Amino acid sequence: MSAELIDDYIASVAALLGLPIEDAWKPAVRANLEVSLRMARLVEEFPLPDETEPAGVFIA
Amino acid sequence: MTAASATPSASEIAKAVTSGKLTALEVTETALARIERYDGILNSFTDVTAERARTRAREIDSAIAAGRNVGPLAGVPFAVKNLFDVKGLTTRAGSRINRDLPKATRDATLIERLEAAGAVLVGALNMGEYAYDFTGENVHDGPSRNPHDPSRMTGGSSGGSGSAVGGALVPIALGSDTNGSIRVPSSFCGIFGLKPTYGRLSRARSFPFVASLDHLGPFARSVRDLALAYDAMQGPDADDAACTTRAVEPAAPRLAQNIGSLRIALAGGWFQKNLFPEAAEAVAHVAKALGVTKVVDVPEAERARAAAFVITTTEGASLHLDRLRKRPNDFEPAIRDRLISGAMIPAPLVDRAQKFRRWYRAQLLEIFRSVDLLIAPATPCVAPKLGQVNFVLDGVEMPVRPNIGVHTQPISFIGLPVVAVPVPLEPMPIGVQLIAPPWREDIALRVAYTLERMGAVSAPPPRGL
Repeated sequence: MSAELIDDYIASVAALLGLPIEDAWKPAVRANLEVSLRMARLVEEFPLPDETEPAGVFIA
Repeated sequence: MTAASATPSASEIAKAVTSGKLTALEVTETALARIERYDGILNSFTDVTAERARTRAREIDSAIAAGRNVGPLAGVPFAVKNLFDVKGLTTRAGSRINRDLPKATRDATLIERLEAAGAVLVGALNMGEYAYDFTGENVHDGPSRNPHDPSRMTGGSSGGSGSAVGGALVPIALGSDTNGSIRVPSSFCGIFGLKPTYGRLSRARSFPFVASLDHLGPFARSVRDLALAYDAMQGPDADDAACTTRAVEPAAPRLAQNIGSLRIALAGGWFQKNLFPEAAEAVAHVAKALGVTKVVDVPEAERARAAAFVITTTEGASLHLDRLRKRPNDFEPAIRDRLISGAMIPAPLVDRAQKFRRWYRAQLLEIFRSVDLLIAPATPCVAPKLGQVNFVLDGVEMPVRPNIGVHTQPISFIGLPVVAVPVPLEPMPIGVQLIAPPWREDIALRVAYTLERMGAVSAPPPRGL
């Protein structure tokens, strides 16, 4: 995913959520988002049965 | 007299106070004097509640004089991470922003329970901002410092808790653990820490971070003290939606039970990677003491860590969304930027992480059908230097901060109970995780107690004081 695409995405979501992001913060926000999306993709690529329930309210 | 020998254990204090050999007020004054003397180095306390402590100690002494039983922690000083509500203090949670909130009007449940058992609160402790931290550093209050080398990190986010107990300022402290924030400071500061089963201890009137992952628990310098504190805090609490309704299951009376019948194994796979030599040495040391050679692979632990990462950043962002809108410049910048990015994760990816969580839980429960306890590293390294940004692991340069918790995150992700035990290596100690099935804190505590009695694990005296 290109840096430009991620920057556009950050700007759009920030506008939707009403989050102010100063220019100086943008590289760090993008770097964090890239790490989080990499983590999320690692989870997403693991096949799970359609019936799997989320652990939204978790009971150990 | 060394810095550590000036402070007896919680159980010794309780015995001396109950029998009249010491008064609770004398114990309190000793603790306050130690805080005064050493906290300039450690920076572990953000609030010292001296007058409250003296008042409480006098009440305990009066009750004992009147022949009443004041509880198993009679006169024991303790302190709490500053995300616990303390009546009359503002619950800052390591932040600048929360200092503008009104003062708390009631103590957190766990403080009430420890005081009901006779303990005496002496203050609130430094922490990483909003608990989103593995280092114990804090731009607003300064870093908490390691009691064995003040130029090093305490670990976080319960950094002040690790420092205060590791520095023997108090025998017991409380902290929180979302991804490792009890186990990491325990490891770096060379003390015992208990992260109980998710839902075991009430979180009522503590400032949250990630509701579906937050746990509270105790730190101590011995397993008996850890169990005494844990037992005193158990019990249902309608003020925490996640708190169990199970009956209290005391662990202290069972500590000395033989562990010979327990099936213990080393956690394999992910838990044997990303280790500095000292972490591998500590795990091998504990395994050898227990005569354990069996290795059990924990499947998909790396993915579990990734899922915990995703849930943490999104739930954290949700919690702080309005503060990010209104006061972004009052956050610690690194934490603000992490939280903003957390608000941008597409919802289906978060749902997948919660679904994976249920799958992963089933895998671990299956392992626990044939194993009673797993041994794993608590941290990949001993405490790094304050401000250290990178370390080189297996020839690869990596950022320190997110990688400190690589071995703790896959465990708290599914709420398993863990005792972190300290291996007193030189020059810096390091911890090992003893991981039990859900609701079996007693197993982890019994194994920790056995290791302590063998001399295999112990909290070293503070080497930096």
